[in-house]
Amino acid sequence: MAHITKATSVKDWFDQRIALTKLWNVLAGQYWIPKNINFLWAMGVILTVLFTVLFVTGLLLVMYYKPDANLAFDSVNYTIMQEVEYGWLWRHMHAVAASVIFLIIYIHAFVGIYYGSYKKGREMIWISGMLLFLVFSAEAFSGYMLPWGQMSYWAAQVITQLFGGVPVIGDALVEWIRGDYAVSDPTLTRFFMLHVCLLPIVLIMIIVIHFYTLRVPHVNNLEGEEIDFELEAEKYLSGDTKNSKVIPFWPGFLSKDFMYVSFFMIFFTYLVGFHFGFAMDPINFDPANAAKTPTHIYPEWYFLWQYEILRGFFFDIGPMKAADLGALAMAFAGISLFFMPLYDRSDVVAPAHKRKGFFVWFWLLIIDLIILTVYGKLPPTGFNAWIGFFSSVAYLALLLVVLPVITIMERKGNK
Amino acid sequence: MSVKKQERRDFIGMAFGAVAAVGGAFALVGMKKSWDPLPSVKAAGFTTVDLSPMQAGEFRQVEWRKKPIFIIKKNADMKPNPARDVVIGEDKYMVAIGLCTHLGCIPSWSPSDMMFKCACHGGEFDASGVNTFGPPPRPLDIPPFKIDGTKLVLGEEGPEYKKLAGIA
Repeated sequence: MAHITKATSVKDWFDQRIALTKLWNVLAGQYWIPKNINFLWAMGVILTVLFTVLFVTGLLLVMYYKPDANLAFDSVNYTIMQEVEYGWLWRHMHAVAASVIFLIIYIHAFVGIYYGSYKKGREMIWISGMLLFLVFSAEAFSGYMLPWGQMSYWAAQVITQLFGGVPVIGDALVEWIRGDYAVSDPTLTRFFMLHVCLLPIVLIMIIVIHFYTLRVPHVNNLEGEEIDFELEAEKYLSGDTKNSKVIPFWPGFLSKDFMYVSFFMIFFTYLVGFHFGFAMDPINFDPANAAKTPTHIYPEWYFLWQYEILRGFFFDIGPMKAADLGALAMAFAGISLFFMPLYDRSDVVAPAHKRKGFFVWFWLLIIDLIILTVYGKLPPTGFNAWIGFFSSVAYLALLLVVLPVITIMERKGNK
Repeated sequence: MSVKKQERRDFIGMAFGAVAAVGGAFALVGMKKSWDPLPSVKAAGFTTVDLSPMQAGEFRQVEWRKKPIFIIKKNADMKPNPARDVVIGEDKYMVAIGLCTHLGCIPSWSPSDMMFKCACHGGEFDASGVNTFGPPPRPLDIPPFKIDGTKLVLGEEGPEYKKLAGIA
């Protein structure tokens, strides 16, 4: 055991027992952040704030929510919205944060792609981040089901039916996941468990891992410059803070982050107060009806690009059935960005505007994703179906063919 | 530590591994089974429909195992389909689970052109339940049934069902 002496202060008392100062230095005081980064690097802290908002408002909602197919709809739309004081606020905050968190996740991820933050030593940051995206998708979907409205019900029907595409055991697997022959009460209760218990625990664990993966290779910067963090930290600690290329996370960087968090929260509060409707689908204010499908079903905006890839393949190609092709393409789209460090065959870490071919590729990808998102919401008939098909093929080609080719060319050009 | 002691540690490690593997396997079986449909859900899996009051050309929707079942009493305008029609006496019926074989939405019956149309992804089925357009990979599924006079018992595999399903 450590040698304990009479404490000289409260801080010293804790320091002797749980090394508080040491812990603080590891987490913030001597965790080094490059100076040349801009507001786009604040997205991580904004995401942490949004997750906290979701967690706290979720706790308040779960006190009145009833996970029962007969009671769920009214517990949300009557009890929480009408009876519980400020229940409407928690619900709207929860729904808006769930929607906006995906906007920030997408910005966060594409900043990473733009600046090449997924490669050369930072692969684990990227992979744990993609893992977070995947689990957040499951979390969002399981939460979307809980109000038990028409759109919730049919989203659950369609998503669980996707597992029917698994060879041989498909039908049995769908029944097993639902716990019934169709989506019903057992399905609701198990998705409730996933949404409020298992997935949040998994999320928190991966968030911690994601933070930890930053600790060794450190944050990338605006120039993709390789900084000797130990050397620069020494400079900073010896008092030469001006010439050091790094600042400590606290108070240096986090104070700047807090400013951006403040800007963001003003925007967020505005959305919650005046535009909460965008996170609420009108069809979901009809109670779930197993006997009638809404005429047009679609997911929330942040899944539209994947949804469009699912239905982009609307005709059979050779021995492949259209439905299987679509399901395969969507399953791949869901995990496709995991492999960014593999598609990019060049080891240049630089912002896209300094890599000509990559720059064009990046914006083509963004445009393609926007087209997929827009057409994901439109009815899939006639001309729209063909746009869906070509933009789905374009997505796959951009990642699997174009990116490896241009990055191999870039590598050879550099030699 | 002596080599001999290390061997003992290895043995303890392997013994623990074996116990954990067996226990883990049993636990996984138990967890899998907790997710299976409950006995009460399975028991509610039979529905009887009397077909005698149906008119020629009439479309009817009933519920079986929380799924919609489409029944059409075919009239002269509707093409017979020997591979799929349920024949009771002189009459031919179309009986199918009313869930699009693509992703499980409920197509709606359009009597004017005698087609089922699925709004979600544009799939279409004819009056025999055969897919004619769009992403659905196969015709509408036929539920297991038994014929009892003019009554249809859904959930039991009668000889007529086995013949249609090709498992007789």
